[in-house]
Amino acid sequence: MREMVSQGIGSLGIICIISVFIGAVATIQVAFQLNSPLVPQSIAGSISRDSTILEFSPTISALVLAGRIGSSIASQIGTMRVTEQIDALEIMGVNAPGYLISPKIVSGLSMIPFLTIISVLLGLGGGYMACLVTGEISPTDYVSGLRDGFNPIIVTVCAVKSISFGFIITSVCAYFGFYTSGGALEVGQSATKGVVYSCIWILFADLMISSVLL
Amino acid sequence: MIEVKDIYKTFGENEVLKGITATFKPGLNNLIIGTSGSGKTTLLKCIVGLHEPTSGDVFYDSQNFTDMHFRARVPIRKQIGMLFQNSALFDSMTVEENIIFPLNLFTDQPRSEKLDRANFCLKRVNLEGKNKLYPSELSGGMKKRVGIARAISMQPNYLFVDEPNSGLDPLTAILIDNLINEITEEFNTTTVIVTHDMNSVMGIGDHVLFLNNGEKWWEGSKDQIAHTDNKELNEFVFASKFMRAARAKL
Repeated sequence: MREMVSQGIGSLGIICIISVFIGAVATIQVAFQLNSPLVPQSIAGSISRDSTILEFSPTISALVLAGRIGSSIASQIGTMRVTEQIDALEIMGVNAPGYLISPKIVSGLSMIPFLTIISVLLGLGGGYMACLVTGEISPTDYVSGLRDGFNPIIVTVCAVKSISFGFIITSVCAYFGFYTSGGALEVGQSATKGVVYSCIWILFADLMISSVLL
Repeated sequence: MIEVKDIYKTFGENEVLKGITATFKPGLNNLIIGTSGSGKTTLLKCIVGLHEPTSGDVFYDSQNFTDMHFRARVPIRKQIGMLFQNSALFDSMTVEENIIFPLNLFTDQPRSEKLDRANFCLKRVNLEGKNKLYPSELSGGMKKRVGIARAISMQPNYLFVDEPNSGLDPLTAILIDNLINEITEEFNTTTVIVTHDMNSVMGIGDHVLFLNNGEKWWEGSKDQIAHTDNKELNEFVFASKFMRAARAKL
């Protein structure tokens, strides 16, 4: 539960901010590129919806969360390693990877999809606000576009991506933290490696899931 | 009683322990001493199972610990208490939670009994009333004492201590040494202490094992150290002018 609060509630602020802005920017840019009398304005809403649900919310959120949650996991476990806290657990006969890493993975598997749902809703809301503020397309057209031609598969893809990314972030960063050796410098290096490798794996998984499911 | 038989430990090309054989008896402070890099901590970690020896065996009361798999070691681990060099207290837990942690793992006692035990252990190390503090709020000496309290919470038969005096002022170091000595006598534990503090050696060294370059170089008691003609041990023990002067007066 503590992990869930740390990962979920702790990351809510940054996810809210980036989601609103990404949703708004995506809507403005799509509206700009489809600025033609031959294309109905509501199309911008549809494209914005699909790109937010399929890509922006799960992937951009995951990349941000890799930095926010991943570095925290790697440095937390790495510090426990170099200060012999993990040795203390092992002396007591505790299965240290299971005790330390499992709760973080379970939390990641539940909280990152939750944050992604929040991100999708706020991203779409950000697009609506962009319509209100800039007037590039009318809010009515935007909402109409959100409703038009909705294919539920994009929600499935979004869910699969967010669950996969949750696993990648927590397990990769926990791995680098757990196998830290040395001191404070190495803890920092482990956190950096964890974030970098998580990001690479997220992008690779993004490609694989998109190509398989779409 | 703990017996180590012909322990070798190699890291890559580096042979750290070269055939160490020793016996650590209960009720005694067994000190492992030696220069930095001589293999003291590696030997301790091989004994407690944090490192697996490359070859050789460790016996706890005639049970071969080295041959046991992870789960089979649990009954012996229940009897082990260890104080780490940096105390290794869990940062996210209070002092009380740190002490109760082993009890939560290994016993079904009601919470009130665990709290009683935690209070007893804290009293034993003169830290009554510090239950709700976090490790970050403690001084180095207090952390060591909480580490001792956690180590004795399960009433261990075997107590391992890694560099108990590192980073402590002389008065606190003596306090910690005396505490370890009292616990060893009181609970008849087999206590194994890794140190290079000569005050500890001369103060509580019932049985001293001197390692040099990964080999057992000398074995005896604190009383025998002053009269040994072992060159390497003399260089190590009487490195300071003060110790040489003290020896001359003996």
